Amino acid sequence: MRTIHYKDIVDKVAVICQEANYDLGEDVVNAFKTAMKNEASEIGKDVLGQLIENANIATTERVPMCQDTGVSVFIVELGQECHIDGGNLYEAINEGVKKGYEEGYLRHSIVDHPITRKKSLGYNTPSVIHVEIARGDQLTIHMSAKGGGSENMSTLKMLKPSDGLQGIKNFILETVRTAGPNACPPLVVGVGIGGNFEKCAYLAKKSLFRPIGERSHLEEIAVLEAELMEDINKLGIGPQGMGGSTTALDVKIEIAPCHIAALPVAINLNCHASRHKEITL
Amino acid sequence: MTVKRITVPFDTEIVQSLKAGDRVLISGKVYAARDAAHKRMAESLEKGEELPINIDGEVIYYVGPTPAKPGQIIGSAGPTTSGRMDKYTPELLELGLKGMIGKGYRSQDVIDSIRSNQAIYFGAIGGSGALIARTIKKVEVIAYEDLGTEAIRKMVIEDFPAIVINDSYGNDWYKQGSETYRSI
Repeated sequence: MRTIHYKDIVDKVAVICQEANYDLGEDVVNAFKTAMKNEASEIGKDVLGQLIENANIATTERVPMCQDTGVSVFIVELGQECHIDGGNLYEAINEGVKKGYEEGYLRHSIVDHPITRKKSLGYNTPSVIHVEIARGDQLTIHMSAKGGGSENMSTLKMLKPSDGLQGIKNFILETVRTAGPNACPPLVVGVGIGGNFEKCAYLAKKSLFRPIGERSHLEEIAVLEAELMEDINKLGIGPQGMGGSTTALDVKIEIAPCHIAALPVAINLNCHASRHKEITL
Repeated sequence: MTVKRITVPFDTEIVQSLKAGDRVLISGKVYAARDAAHKRMAESLEKGEELPINIDGEVIYYVGPTPAKPGQIIGSAGPTTSGRMDKYTPELLELGLKGMIGKGYRSQDVIDSIRSNQAIYFGAIGGSGALIARTIKKVEVIAYEDLGTEAIRKMVIEDFPAIVINDSYGNDWYKQGSETYRSI
């Protein structure tokens, strides 16, 4: 059994919360640069250029690239031979978020009650935390600062098995078309297929943690990701919905076995500020 | 492509000179307000109370900035999704609101009201909050301070980059732009 200290988790989470908001990943910046070369519309190119400049300012001045510093979403791989000393893992992560957001001048975007909209000073907590138990004695924390605009345009549908591949494609294209400028394109489109109602939503979210440019390790899924990417970019929505040939920076698909009667599909859209960082303790 | 420099407040002549798809740099005074401030303004109007700001001839920017770091006047301050304000917008346009800056689609009701009231909806670049913050020169919270990031702020902006989305003729750049490049 390996011991990991509560305070170490707090401090490391605080750091990755700030880095995620200040430093756009190289995968995204490179995708912007490639898109600029290929973008057909002049306004689209202009938008992409401003996004690159914005990312540079954020990194240099240590300020958030976007005012929506998101809901802090975590996928934690907890080795079953880890012992957390000094407190609870969920509390440690939330304390780290509070510290990171408060000290990093990041926006507090959480209301305590979804109906009354009551808000306290929780500094962007509670976070959404998913824990997966892994082998070994390491603790890996993946963090994403997930924006509200793209989350609002995400969808889930229980398709019929007879809808098949074409039904899945149609649903994805329709989701991206309906989202248009609202989800802040160019998007990263995360798709979960199979599992059940909540599992497909989790898979869609999880897919967004994969770096841009990394295809599925399943050959037929990698082909589907590439086909969808091509089709989405033919929708014409373009950067910020101003018209153009870059509507998606990437498409990510995760699949899982499902019931004989079911074909659950969830689509989690991410804006171009695809902010994810990870740390291993 | 040319960029038009415009100054707030707008007169009808300026409004009518702007067409969907025009790139603009906006300077002058705007009011920052988003979801919670709009809800509270609508409740005030329902009760027959006066609004905390006179919006006749003014421009509202849909934004909820991050806290300012020491030495800054404002944190990151890009646009939020305008559609959430659609429910409250026609009433404000009837009261003389002349312009809105945000991102994303407006409802047909809002598009119709923009046309009938000779107003303009500008799209700013979502997710460029650090870049946009540089164009904000003065900030003052003037109402609903308890709403924090959602309080109404008076801002002075200089060369704020935006694109005309819905003009006073009923055009919609999101529709026109995507139709131009659509091949599926």
